[in-house]
Formats: sequence, C-alpha cells, structure tokens
Amino acid sequence: MPPFVGPEVAWFALSPLLVLSGGGLLLLVVGALTGRWPRGLYAAVTATVAGTAAVLAAIQWSRIADDGPSTLVAGALSYDAFAQFLTITILISVILVVLLTDEDLHESDADGPEVYGLYLMAATGGIIMAAANDLIVLFLGLEALSLALYVLAASARQRSDSQESGLKYFVLGGFSSAFFLYGIALIYGGTGSTNIGRIVASLQSSVTTGGDNALVLAGIALLLVGLGFKVAAVPFHVWTPDVYQGAPTPVTAFMASVGKAAAFAAIVRVLVVALPFYREDWRPAIWLLAVLSLVVGSALAVVQTNVKRMLAYSSISHAGFLLVAIEAAGHRAGEADPGSGVVALVIYLLAYSVLVIGTFAVVTVVGRNASGDVTLDAFKGLSTRRPALALALTVFLFAQAGVPFTSGFVAKFGVIQAAVEERSYAIAIIAMVAAVIAAFLYLRIMVSVWLSGESSDVDGEPDQTLRIPIGAGLAIAAAAAFTLVVGVMPGWLISTAEAVTTYAR
Amino acid sequence: MFGAVASGELAFPILSMLILVPVGGAVLVALLSARRPEFVKLAAVLTSVFTGALSIWLTIAFERSAEGFQFVSRHTWIEQWGISWYLGVDGISLFMVLLTGVLFPIVILGIDAHHKNARQEKRYLAWMLLLQAGVMGSFLSLDLFMFFIFFEIVLVPMYFLIGGWGYENRVYAATKFFLFTMLGSAFMLVSIIATAVLARDNGVGQITFDLVVLAEQSNFAASTGRWLFFGFAVAFAVKVPIFPVHTWLPDAHTQAPTAGSVVLAGVMLKLGTYGFIRFGLYLFPEAAWWSRSLFLTLAVIGVIYAAIVATMQSDLKRLVAYSSIAHLGFIVLGTFAITTQSLTGSVLQMVSHGVSTGALFLMVGMIYERRHTRQISELGGIASVAPIFAGFFMVIMLSSIAVPGLNGFVGEFLILIGSFPTARWWTVVAATGVILAALYLLWAYQRVFHGEADEANRSFPEIRAREVAVLAPFIVAIVFTGIYPKPILERIEPAVVTLVQHVESRSGFVEPVPGAVAGTSDQEGN
Repeated sequence: MPPFVGPEVAWFALSPLLVLSGGGLLLLVVGALTGRWPRGLYAAVTATVAGTAAVLAAIQWSRIADDGPSTLVAGALSYDAFAQFLTITILISVILVVLLTDEDLHESDADGPEVYGLYLMAATGGIIMAAANDLIVLFLGLEALSLALYVLAASARQRSDSQESGLKYFVLGGFSSAFFLYGIALIYGGTGSTNIGRIVASLQSSVTTGGDNALVLAGIALLLVGLGFKVAAVPFHVWTPDVYQGAPTPVTAFMASVGKAAAFAAIVRVLVVALPFYREDWRPAIWLLAVLSLVVGSALAVVQTNVKRMLAYSSISHAGFLLVAIEAAGHRAGEADPGSGVVALVIYLLAYSVLVIGTFAVVTVVGRNASGDVTLDAFKGLSTRRPALALALTVFLFAQAGVPFTSGFVAKFGVIQAAVEERSYAIAIIAMVAAVIAAFLYLRIMVSVWLSGESSDVDGEPDQTLRIPIGAGLAIAAAAAFTLVVGVMPGWLISTAEAVTTYAR
Repeated sequence: MFGAVASGELAFPILSMLILVPVGGAVLVALLSARRPEFVKLAAVLTSVFTGALSIWLTIAFERSAEGFQFVSRHTWIEQWGISWYLGVDGISLFMVLLTGVLFPIVILGIDAHHKNARQEKRYLAWMLLLQAGVMGSFLSLDLFMFFIFFEIVLVPMYFLIGGWGYENRVYAATKFFLFTMLGSAFMLVSIIATAVLARDNGVGQITFDLVVLAEQSNFAASTGRWLFFGFAVAFAVKVPIFPVHTWLPDAHTQAPTAGSVVLAGVMLKLGTYGFIRFGLYLFPEAAWWSRSLFLTLAVIGVIYAAIVATMQSDLKRLVAYSSIAHLGFIVLGTFAITTQSLTGSVLQMVSHGVSTGALFLMVGMIYERRHTRQISELGGIASVAPIFAGFFMVIMLSSIAVPGLNGFVGEFLILIGSFPTARWWTVVAATGVILAALYLLWAYQRVFHGEADEANRSFPEIRAREVAVLAPFIVAIVFTGIYPKPILERIEPAVVTLVQHVESRSGFVEPVPGAVAGTSDQEGN
C-alpha cells in the first residue's frame, strides 16, 4: 500500500473559504472570551470578513479569466467562474443581511457574536456547495449551511414560534439530507465514484457501452428530492411558510438569499455539471417541479395575510422561475454551446438575493415598530409615515413582480429568453402567467402601503416613531440602488455572467 | 432645416427628449419639497408644457411625404441581447405623439384633482409625468424590447393614479386594470423573445429586437408567424380592449379620476390599436391577413355589443366608457380590413377618438364636480340653467357620434368606405353602430340636459372661464379635423401606403382598389 500523500493545496484559491471560516471561528471564540463588544462592532467585523472574502473572490475571478478553470485539493473543489460568481453573490447577501441584524438583535437585547458566527459558517457551507466538485464535498457544504440555518431559525430565544420554526426546519431538513445522501450512495454505486469529474468520465464510457443505469436513475430521483427540499420547490415546500414566518426576519432574508443561491448552485453542479448524460431523464422532472412551484407558489401567496408568509410563497414562485432556467440549461447540458440557462440562473440569483433582502429589510423595520406584527395592516399608510421607505419597498415589490427598469425584469427576461431559445414555449408562458398571479400579491402589499390609511387631511410629517436604523437604511438604499441600476443598465452584469458556463471538472 | 432623414441621427435628439424630459420632470417633482407646493406644480407644468412644445415642433418639422421613419435615434443599450435605444416616428405614430404631448399639459393644468395635501399633489404630478414618458416611449420605440418595457411601465403610474385618486371602488378597478393588462403582456413578452430567436434562425442571422430588421428580413413559416402574432394580439386585444377581454375598461374608467380617464381614453387605449398596426400588421402580415375574420368579427361584435350596453347604462361615465369600446371596434375594423383608406381612417380615428372621448370624460368630470353624481337619472334640465355648458357638451358629443363636419366623421367614414371592399358584411353590420352611437349619446344628452331641472340641478353653475380654456383646444381640434383633415391625412398616408405594400408583398393579400375612391372631399391629400 502506497504511503498517504496529502494533496497539493492551492492556498490562495481557497482564501475566501479560509477567511470566512477562520473569521467565523475567531468571532465565536474571541466573542465568548471577551465581554459584550460595543454596539455594532460584531456586525462591522462580520461585514469586514465577508467583504475581504468577496474581494479575494473578485481577484480570483480575473485570474480564472486569464488562466482558465481548474480543480483544487485533488479534485474536491472547482475553481471556476461559476463558483466565484456564486461566492460573490452569497457574500453580498451576507453583508446586506448583517446590516439588518445589528438592530434586530439589539432590540431584543440579544447582542452577541453567535448569530454572526453562524452567518459566516453558513456562507462557508454555501460557497462549498457552489464550488463542490465531489458529491461528498457538496454534502459537507450542504450540512454546514443547513445546520447553521437550523440554529439561526431558532435564534430568537424568547419567541416560541422561532423555536418551532427551527425545530420544524431541522426535522424536515434532516429527512431531506438523508435522501440526498442516499442519492449520492446510489450514484456512487452506478458510476464508481463521487467525484464529479470521474462520474462524467464513467458515464461517458457507459453511455457508449450501453451500461446499466437503474442505480443512477434512482440516485437522481433521490438527489432531486433532497435538492427540491432545499430550494423549496413544490411539492417539497411545506416547511417554507412556517419557517419563514417564525424565524427572525433577518434570518429569513438570509435563508431566502444565501440558502436559495447555494441550493441552486448545488442543482447546477449535480445535474448540469455531473449528470449531463442523463439530461433527458432529469429535465422532465425539473419541468414538473418548476410548473408546480410557479403555480402553487403564486396561487397560495395571494391568499395570505401575513407578509412574511406571502413572501415565503412568493419565494416558492421565484424558485419555480429559477427551475425554468435549469430546465432550459437541461436541453444542452454538457455540450460545447451550453445555451444561456445557467447564465440566466446566476443573474436571477444575484438580482433576487439583493431584492429579497431589501424587501425583508423593509419588513424588519416596519415589523419592529408594530411589535413583531407583520400582517398587511402593519404596512397601512406607510407612504405617509415614511415616504422614502415606502418608495424603496415599491421598487422591491415591482422588481419581484418583474416590472421593467428593475433588476427583477432583467432576471425574468433572461430566464424566459433562455427557455424560448430551447423552444420551451409552454413553460415560458406558464412562468409569465404565474408572474401575473404573483403580481396580485405585490399589489396587495402596495395597496396597504400607498392606498390605505391616508386618513390625515393635513400635511403629515414623517412619523418619528418609525425609526429607520442606520444599518437597515444602508442595506435598503444599497439594495434599491442595485435593483434600479441593473434594471436600467444590465449589460455589464450579463457580460460578466456569460463567463460562468465553463466549468472545472 | 431638418431634411428628410429616413436614417442617421439628428444633432438634436428630439425623440429621446420627448421621453427623457418628462422623466426628468418626474424626478425633479419627487425631489422638491412638498412644503413649497407652488414650485412643485411649476416644475411639473413647465416640463409637460415643454414636452408638448417639443411634440408640436416635431409635427411641424416632420417631412410630410417622406417614407420610412424620421428623426431616428439609435444607441446600443444591451449589446448582449441585441437591444438598442431605437426611436423613430412616421405618419402612423406622429399624431399620437402630438396628442400625448399636448394632452398631458392640458390635463395637468386644467383638471383639479382635489388633493388632500401637498404631498399627495406632488405624487400625482410625478405619476402623471412618468405616465407621459411611458406613453411617449411606447409610441416612439422601434425596438421590440423597448416597446415592451414602455408598454408595461405605463401600468405603474396608471395603477397609482386610479388607486390613489379614483372614486369609491378605485382599488378594485386599479388592480383589475393592472392584472388584465399584465396578463396580456405576459404572452407578448414570450412572443417578442420568440420572434427575435426564431428570426435569427430564419433570415436575420443574429439576435436583434429591431422592428425594421425583423419585419423586412425574417421569413417565418406561416404557422410560426401565426403563433407569434397571437402572442402579440392577446396583449393588444386586452389593451384596446376588444370584446370579450374588455371587462376591465368600464371599471377602470368609471373609478379613475377625470385626469386618469382622459389619459386612458385619449392615448393609452391607442397603444393597443397602434400595436396592432405597427407590430401586428408590420411584423406578421401573413398572420394578420389569415386571422382577419376573427378580429373583424370581434371588432364588429364590440361595436354592436358595447353600443347596446352603453344605451342601458345609468352612470354617465360608464356610458362614455362603453362608447369608447364601440369606437375602438371601428378602429380595429379598419386595421384588419387592410386597405389604404381603412388604415388611414383607423390612424386618424385613433387621434379623433382620443380628442373627442377625452373631452367627453373631461365634461363628465365637470358635471360630477358640480353635482357629485354621475347618475343620469339624477341629472336633467341642465341646458336651461347652463346653456353654454350644454353647447360645449353638444359639440363634443356630436363629434363622438361622427356628424359630418366634425372630426369623428372623417375617420369613421374612411374606415367604413375603406373596409367595404375587403370586409363587406362586417362593414355593413358595423355601420349600424354609427346609428346606435347616435341613439345612446343623444338619448343620454336628452335625459341629462333637457327636460325640467329639479331642485338640485337648478343651481348647476354655468361653465367657467378656466373650463372654457381647457376645452377650447379640444373644440379647435374637433372642428379643424372635421373641416380640413388634409394636413393630417397627407402625413398619415405615405406610412400607410408603405405598410399596405409590405402586407401585400408578404401575404396572399392584394388590395382590391388601389388608391382612392374619387370624389370625397377627404381625399384631397392623395
């Protein structure tokens, strides 16, 4: 037996992960050993760590553009543009969410390093998922992300619905992890490896020799269940409304952005990168999941009265849109010209992450004032009390509805274009109609904000009781600016995203 | 000075200015403090008047007999998707641009929207200016993507105008309006993308949303073109609205504030008929010709059905809304008859209907302001207490009925005479709609203005100087177009002739009587 030789480690290529996990651990350890830090310092340190990692990822992006993609740590991780794009998306989300969290924790007198440490660990897990070139590594990332999210969901210790949310998420998430792991085992059985590069090589030869594929098909089915749960696709969505509603609002924003981005990155790694030879088998399943998510998510969103539940269902509908992009990518997965499905997907993920955090940021501000109550009534007359906040929320909601001149429209346009390119007209039309149904939901919120509660006949002064904390204000302003800039000038984002389809295997 | 510029760029980008000036005005209005409402109003008035002046200048500088698009302005916008900021104007869009430019300052200056406070007024003005920019953009865009985003973005200001400043049921009406129109657009977006993608593989060679390139170079299979056309047609049919997708309109009109109704009837509904002509016929001539009997039938059903429903209305504003549907049916009839005359009539009628129905909604708004009711049964005998008011209403109403000598006649007559050769029986049935229009409008006039004035109506105030000033431009346009339509027709016709030739070259259709029927005074422009 040959002696164990450690793999060559490209430290710089791993630096975002190292900075994040190191920063997270350091924050937890130092935070535990010292007394309470001054207000805002935890958040500032976390944002700095995430910002540093994002800068490193951006530097790596340009290196990859020059040198081409490669694999790291003996083929465990991919070092490609797709991974870097998702890394930056996740880190931008982390920074924005951190800005919201400070005030939220301070209000409930729960200032401390734990939540921030968990954010960083979760982000590490999400980035590992996006970069995984081995199904086991992908599973590790998935668990790192999920475990952190379970705790985060339950982190509002005084509120029982937060506890319930965490427990529910944990139990159901545990199930889905088991499915996912079993799926990996079956794929291993069918191909002889968990490494994506070797899976592809093995399938390539078995396709030519006509090998048995029942194990792989069963594996794909189980993987789809696990991943479907993570992205909250119908029919694996039932946890979403309860967890979104119960979790502290900044954590909900985190789940909707980082959680979704990482899970969709995993879907791309598993289906598009690892299993392109089975695209004719998994594409119909994705088609079905997409249509169900679009229709059920939009339809059920409309009948809710709690804004967080509404946004939970609307996130299901958005997951449907993202699955449309995957379906489009499925037509030409593995070919030299892979189509624009994955490009549309990453643009959608970035745009959606930013604007969903913006939306939840406004919900945080309004909800705190209404003592945790985030029904539609809490938004009544927001336009009189806080016109700027109401305007920002309007931008976010119209962006979610896909109205032009917002990033949401650019994202939807990209997805529909990708679907039409592949002649998937039916799913494109279903997606657009679902978007119209979902628009009704955003209009309902808008009605509360703009069209009710305008009872005062005098010139109303801004309501001083509804204070906008600096952090949240910053996050809202940045998210709104991004949403509009991308909406008007999307060219730079599209040309950046077009690089992501060259994967390292 | 301006030369015949069918292509190339002008030193002064007047078309971009027509869109960007109101946008800038809206931003300025939003930024100014509500504590100084007079500045806010001044900024809004100045920008809208300036836009109106630009549109008048455009009309004067327009080269009347030149073919193709003029004042073309073109910049790459989203290179990766083949999208350009591509604007141009021809005879089909020119007068809609003029109407959009002129109507908004009148509405902003002339209609008192009864704001609760200065901040509300500020919002109202900002939405109005954004609406103007959006409508302008829709009429000027020659890039399918750009057209779509303007077509879609106008929903937002209109939604807030109806929802924020409308009557009792405003939120319901605004939401219905938004969702109906957005549903139509959903199909159109898929169709637009599919058109670009399929055109790339069928003749064009690259992804582009350029209308002219797509129309001239693409060669779809007939069945493909029909599907694509259908996607566009759904959006336009909802916007026009064509029977049976018209149900949002009576609600939106009835609940909208006067200014909203005027803009809706005046220019926004025309986005649908304009879309049929500019995008439906031009991009998919074969499909339009193939499906004409469907649209002709729906148009005629709309004419008759809406007229009958209008007769039965007890609410004056709802009556005008239904009359709007009937009149738009004529425009659709003229569009799908595809003759030079019928199309010229349709384009002219788009403007005429905008003027006369816009003015009707204005006057209904004035009645509501005085009496706080729109119920016909509660009104009566107004002519005896306010004869001048009644006179103004009479002129506008007659123009809507299409009495010779007023603007409505020219357009409707051209449509009917032009449609007869290619769509005989539809034209015959639609012609009865003219009689029905006289029936419901005159009957409504009789009930509202004649008879004995009761207690409440006896104090009906006579028309005020400001109201005369607001109505004067409408009356001038009505009479001018009615008596001397030549300057308008001779600008519309070259574009229509080009379009009909394009349709003939792309489908089995041959215009039966090329040129004109001699002897009608309207044909001097040929």
